[in-house]
Amino acid sequence: MTNPAPSNILPGLRFRQRFPLLALILERFVLSIVLLFAVSILIFGGLEALPGDFATTYLGQSATPQAVANIRQDLGLDRPVTTRYVEWLGSAVQGDFGTSWASKNSVSEQIGKRLGNSLFLAGFAAVISVPLAVGLGMVSVHFRNRMPDKIINVISLAAISLPEFFIGYLLILFFAVKFGMATFPATVYDSMAFSERLKAIALPTATLVLVVLAHMMRMTRAAILSVMSSAYMETAELKGLSASRSIVKHAAPNALAPIINVVALNLAYLVVGVVVVEVVFVYPGMGQYMVDAVTVRDMPVVQACGLIFAAVYIFLNMTADILAIIANPRLRHPR
Amino acid sequence: MNDYTKYLASRVTAGGLSRREFIGRAMAAGITLAVADKLFTESAEAAEPKRGGHLKLGLEGGAATDSKDPAKFLSQFMFCVGRCWGDMLVESDPLTGAAVPALAESWEPSKDAVTWTFKIRKGVKFHNGKELTIDDVVATLNRHTDKKSESGALGVLGSIKEIKADGGNLVLTLSEGNADMPLLLSDYHLVIQPNGGVDDPLASIGTGPYKLTSFEPGVRATFEKNKDDWRSDRGYVDSIEIIGMNDATARIAALSSGQVHYINRVDPKTVNLLKRAPNVEILSTAGRGHYVFIMHCDKAPFDNNDLRLALKYAMDRETMVQKILGGYGKVGNDFPINSTYALFPEGIEQRTYDPDKAAFHYKKSGHSGSVLLRTSEVAFPGAVDAAVLYQESCKKAGIDIEVKREPGDGYWTNVWNVQPFSTSYWGGRPTQDQMYSTAYLSTADWNDTKFKRPDFDKLLLQARAELDEAKRKDMYRAMAMMVRDEGGVILPMFNDFVNASTKQVKGYVHDIGNDMSNGYVATRVWLDA
Repeated sequence: MTNPAPSNILPGLRFRQRFPLLALILERFVLSIVLLFAVSILIFGGLEALPGDFATTYLGQSATPQAVANIRQDLGLDRPVTTRYVEWLGSAVQGDFGTSWASKNSVSEQIGKRLGNSLFLAGFAAVISVPLAVGLGMVSVHFRNRMPDKIINVISLAAISLPEFFIGYLLILFFAVKFGMATFPATVYDSMAFSERLKAIALPTATLVLVVLAHMMRMTRAAILSVMSSAYMETAELKGLSASRSIVKHAAPNALAPIINVVALNLAYLVVGVVVVEVVFVYPGMGQYMVDAVTVRDMPVVQACGLIFAAVYIFLNMTADILAIIANPRLRHPR
Repeated sequence: MNDYTKYLASRVTAGGLSRREFIGRAMAAGITLAVADKLFTESAEAAEPKRGGHLKLGLEGGAATDSKDPAKFLSQFMFCVGRCWGDMLVESDPLTGAAVPALAESWEPSKDAVTWTFKIRKGVKFHNGKELTIDDVVATLNRHTDKKSESGALGVLGSIKEIKADGGNLVLTLSEGNADMPLLLSDYHLVIQPNGGVDDPLASIGTGPYKLTSFEPGVRATFEKNKDDWRSDRGYVDSIEIIGMNDATARIAALSSGQVHYINRVDPKTVNLLKRAPNVEILSTAGRGHYVFIMHCDKAPFDNNDLRLALKYAMDRETMVQKILGGYGKVGNDFPINSTYALFPEGIEQRTYDPDKAAFHYKKSGHSGSVLLRTSEVAFPGAVDAAVLYQESCKKAGIDIEVKREPGDGYWTNVWNVQPFSTSYWGGRPTQDQMYSTAYLSTADWNDTKFKRPDFDKLLLQARAELDEAKRKDMYRAMAMMVRDEGGVILPMFNDFVNASTKQVKGYVHDIGNDMSNGYVATRVWLDA
């Protein structure tokens, strides 16, 4: 019996064999780009399918046939869909999202500001919630089925069961209206000092933390618990390691993959899914920007927002996958 | 002090009542002379405006898509922003709705109301220091009347044939007589800008009491006082901040926690809760907007006037106002005009709920079977509830209404103006002529009741060019009667504008012209420390 000659192996396969990790990462990356491209088609097509167009919705009750026709011609709405799609994609790839039909402002510039605001809020919520969730998850494993574990579970379950707008309203009611401790509305603007900004986002950040905490915490708890039941943890216990040490040193690293996944999902949610929180707290982020644009069918803005949201989601998922692969060598060899 | 005297006192504070008028009415309401006199003095003292302070408004209706170009003002937010920095040629009187001078000092029509001459005010300066000239006025009107314009005022100004400067005067020539021309120029899009805003429509340079200092669409606008303002009876606060708040609960929270001084669009469903907050005042102003049930006069079975009358008599207006508007509104009388319009035809008998008459006309119409009513939540707030309420009140008259709930998206393109019986909403118009021309003239695009009567059209055009007010009033009365008794509109109610402020806000003017004190709220109120 002889091994197959090396020349029979395809060059791609050889690369994969030599650098399995790099190949997997590249593959994920290419897949992401393809996915993003598909999403762009979906966004464009979906918008085309919406009833009513910009000219009529924007002018509303003051729409005269003359004004409607003027706007349509001005924006080139009379041209075929495919032409418009190709043009749009062409410039979007170069980072140019065109001009808002309604306000005539540059979309890229506006999004820069709004995305900055959204990332600021999401980042802040993430900085607080991720360590908190993972920490609490470990604590509750340590005290599993005892009082601290139960308290953490009940509170986090209560928080996740309430819709975010309700949590937001409760926080506003108590901290802004009743006690006057917090700043409301959370409107931030260009000339605002950093400390003022932090004050303004205190309540929305608290809302977001409460909303995402439970999910991450419970996943951490479950993942570590499942590792805890494996043989090597028994060994750790038998060789006399303390419970907290065996959780941090031995169990946590092996539970990383599912934790990273749920953290990434929640991070994506923080950026993409905070529309409601932004509206409740009057926070000028991406969500609010997109909702406004959809209402008047301001296509360039909606398309740009949709694409960016998709990109954030895809990027975070990709990062999670890659990190999980790095953290767990077994994943590098698909069965 | 009862509600009525409280109301009178607030009118004094707003500068709307003289001492004599106040005491007369207060005594008629059963208050002694001494008390009335004291009340008047107190209210009048409260009327002395204080200057200074930072006013914060939280308004619904702002969007990231808002444009600073006055021609494209659409939202409530921009309506209010524009009123802060800009002036029109003409304003409307807050109490009577009549045209009053602004940048135009005075005006004179020709006998047939075809040619109008406006004298333009001298010595008015724009925010950039440039003096206002007749050329700026002409350029502004030219920009808004250009056939290629995307201006929201394009429709209003459609009848202007020629705009020219004659010395210091503006001369407008119309294609047909229009006695309301000055009022049309009070439209909020028609801000007079340097060179008409042609060079930079987004510059926000005007002659108003405040200068725009920062603007983020849909988020926030800030203003500082214009020290060279040509008027002293406005612009009392030093600076203004308008924040876009599209969530009703957020507005209420911001007001009751004292973070803003004024909010608009208070939901009738929650107004009674808000009333309980100690530092809050509800500001409800009679408006021209109305909720309607539309029947197409040219489609069976609604082409039968007896059926239309039956359906009108089967409407319980009082209940509608109580249940759908929470009491913040007035009953309608099946024509689209109420007493907030100048030349309102008074003394027309109020139509009331009368199942017997409804049954009589229904029988006479010969119609049998159910009547299909289409509705949707987007038609007006509470439209579906209103349709079900109506279904109930019709039942007592033996009329069977089938309510069909339509999807909100596409309601205005697929149902309104297309289907023969549906619910809808109309905002008011500055003049009766405009209201009728938009929705009741045979040739109007938006004649949503398909009301086509040559004698009505003729009367409308006659009234438009009639300069004699008494004659004009008679004509409007005749038109109202035609729509009321033969038209296709069931008009149960006019909704009030419901806003709210903290108690520091003084001098609020209940302007019948439009919501938020006709958009002028920020320039008219002052803050009591």
